[in-house]
Amino acid sequence: MATEPATTDQAFRGPAAFEEEARREGVHGVGPWKLGFRRLRRNKVALFFGFVFILLVAVCLAAPLWANRVAHTGPDENHLTDTIVVDGEKKNVVALDGIPIGPTWQGEFFLGADKNGRDVMVRLLYGGRNSLVIGVTAAFMTSLLSIVLGLLAGFFRGRTDTAIRGLLDVMWSFPVVILGVALGVALALGGLQLGPIVISGDSLLIPIFVIGLVYVPYLARPLRGQVLSLREKEFVEAARAQGAGPLRLMFGELLPNLASTILVFFTLLIANAILLEAALSFLGAGVRPPNPSWGTMIDEGVERIATAPHLTIVPGLMLVLTVLSLNVFGDGVRDALDPRAKVRVEA
Amino acid sequence: MARFVVRRLIQMLLVMFAVSVITFLIFNVIPNSDPAVRMAGRQPTETQIEAIRKEWGFDENIVVQYFTTMKKVFTGDLVSYVTQLPVDEEIKKGLPRTFALAIGAALLWMFVAICFGLYSAVKAGRFADRFLTILALIGISMPVFWIGALMNYYLGFKWGLFPNGGYVEFTEDPVDWFYHLILPWTALAILFIGFYSRVLRSNVLDTINEDYVRTARAKGLSERQIMIRHVLRNSMIPIITLWGLDFGFVLGGGAILTETVFDLQGVGQYAADSISQLDVPPVLAVTMFTAFFIVLLNAIVDVIYAYLDPRIRLQ
Repeated sequence: MATEPATTDQAFRGPAAFEEEARREGVHGVGPWKLGFRRLRRNKVALFFGFVFILLVAVCLAAPLWANRVAHTGPDENHLTDTIVVDGEKKNVVALDGIPIGPTWQGEFFLGADKNGRDVMVRLLYGGRNSLVIGVTAAFMTSLLSIVLGLLAGFFRGRTDTAIRGLLDVMWSFPVVILGVALGVALALGGLQLGPIVISGDSLLIPIFVIGLVYVPYLARPLRGQVLSLREKEFVEAARAQGAGPLRLMFGELLPNLASTILVFFTLLIANAILLEAALSFLGAGVRPPNPSWGTMIDEGVERIATAPHLTIVPGLMLVLTVLSLNVFGDGVRDALDPRAKVRVEA
Repeated sequence: MARFVVRRLIQMLLVMFAVSVITFLIFNVIPNSDPAVRMAGRQPTETQIEAIRKEWGFDENIVVQYFTTMKKVFTGDLVSYVTQLPVDEEIKKGLPRTFALAIGAALLWMFVAICFGLYSAVKAGRFADRFLTILALIGISMPVFWIGALMNYYLGFKWGLFPNGGYVEFTEDPVDWFYHLILPWTALAILFIGFYSRVLRSNVLDTINEDYVRTARAKGLSERQIMIRHVLRNSMIPIITLWGLDFGFVLGGGAILTETVFDLQGVGQYAADSISQLDVPPVLAVTMFTAFFIVLLNAIVDVIYAYLDPRIRLQ
């Protein structure tokens, strides 16, 4: 795309001359987004894992298909006293000593059964839906809250900034898991009442709300920092001189410049939200049983790891694959856009 | 400098105060349940509940309740609602376990992460680098309780190479103590190793192109000396910041999942057990305890930064 250096003649004629030349030569200006996209397209590993993630989502969306057409059972249906024919041999789904059947690698009970004789494969798919819904929605909530808080704090500075920063500092000083579990347990018991809206304790909205809230400081802090430096830039001054109010400055001028940071964090936030859902469910503060999620399945599995390890291994592998694909893809997005962002991890 | 430190200390106290208020509110305002009813057991009479309410001060104003509870946090008179055991004794019992887990794991993850990160940066783009990068990504993608449970089952229970959870006092048998902690240390360290080695790798790759590294090479230092004395030393600064914060977090009982899955009965597990029973006093105490370590290490890091970079103080 090498073009000739601008001559003095062109410089005199101003930017219109460049545009005219670009049209003539078939050269178009390439924006940062397009450059980023090109870089991402060259990163085959990231693309592969992005594809894996989409595949996982598609498979989980197809849960009813598998349940109705192949397994002929639902995620909450018990088969404690049923028998199944494996390799021409009749077997109990749950043996008399309470040990559930392992993977049969056939339509029914493809990945075995759990303690209640429920089909693990069916629960895995339905549970994946819950885990993914929680992860994506919580990441959305975190992003929205962080954008609003970061913009307000960075744009207005002064007292607004002090108040918001104080709030973020307090949340930051809470151990994420303790805050998450405390909120999860408290909300699950009492439900949540926001004016006329009442959310019952076993709703998926509770873990979404908790997880979405807990990760806010991780994104709001870097956004605030960016806004602080962006608001001094010439383009903001120009918009202000044209008479733009604070709302237009924040959402029309500043927000588009935060988009790459938000995008990079978003993928990683989904990954972390899915991990936190599992952690909360493991501690009994996430998704309420019998509602399946990968977290609750691992939690139930760990109780019986000595007799039926497949109950722990299967949902765990699914979770790791999902989070891994999001992490690798998110990494690729970051390399492509490179705002040098970092997300902290959870123990 | 003194003014900066004092200001940071005041900030620290304010944050701690806010943390305690929020924790208290989470358990006293959100659940539609009365601690007195929960404590009275099954089928309590109205008079029993009333008596408990009086005895524990649940009939008081919530502000008064908060201050009496907080006073007890500092005098060490806090008593659990559920077990009725003194909270400070329980925390003291959990402390050595939590500290043992935290210190061992923190040393392990720092050491391994430096080795991996440095090696991966030196071999950047080659097979070893790719392999370590994949390992690191898998490491940060695994839930710590899942890998912990699998390690416990396969290495501990099935193949009998390690003890199957639990904790042995150091004073009782140092060798057995160490033996019991190998799996928890590893499980907790895996995730941090993945994270730190990646950060270190990118820092090293940034530093390698600095002028002073070229100077060092030009004056004829060996590659090994350049890597360790010049590159690594400067790449370590961000890692040490992270390490300070994460170490504070784990030291304060933040490794709840690891403690629970290996049944170490540390401070974190105590918090998890108490939360699930809505036992406010221990939760409040542990949260304060953990927040204290996090805030303290945050402040130390800030002060060190201010010391290194005078521009921060001017702001």
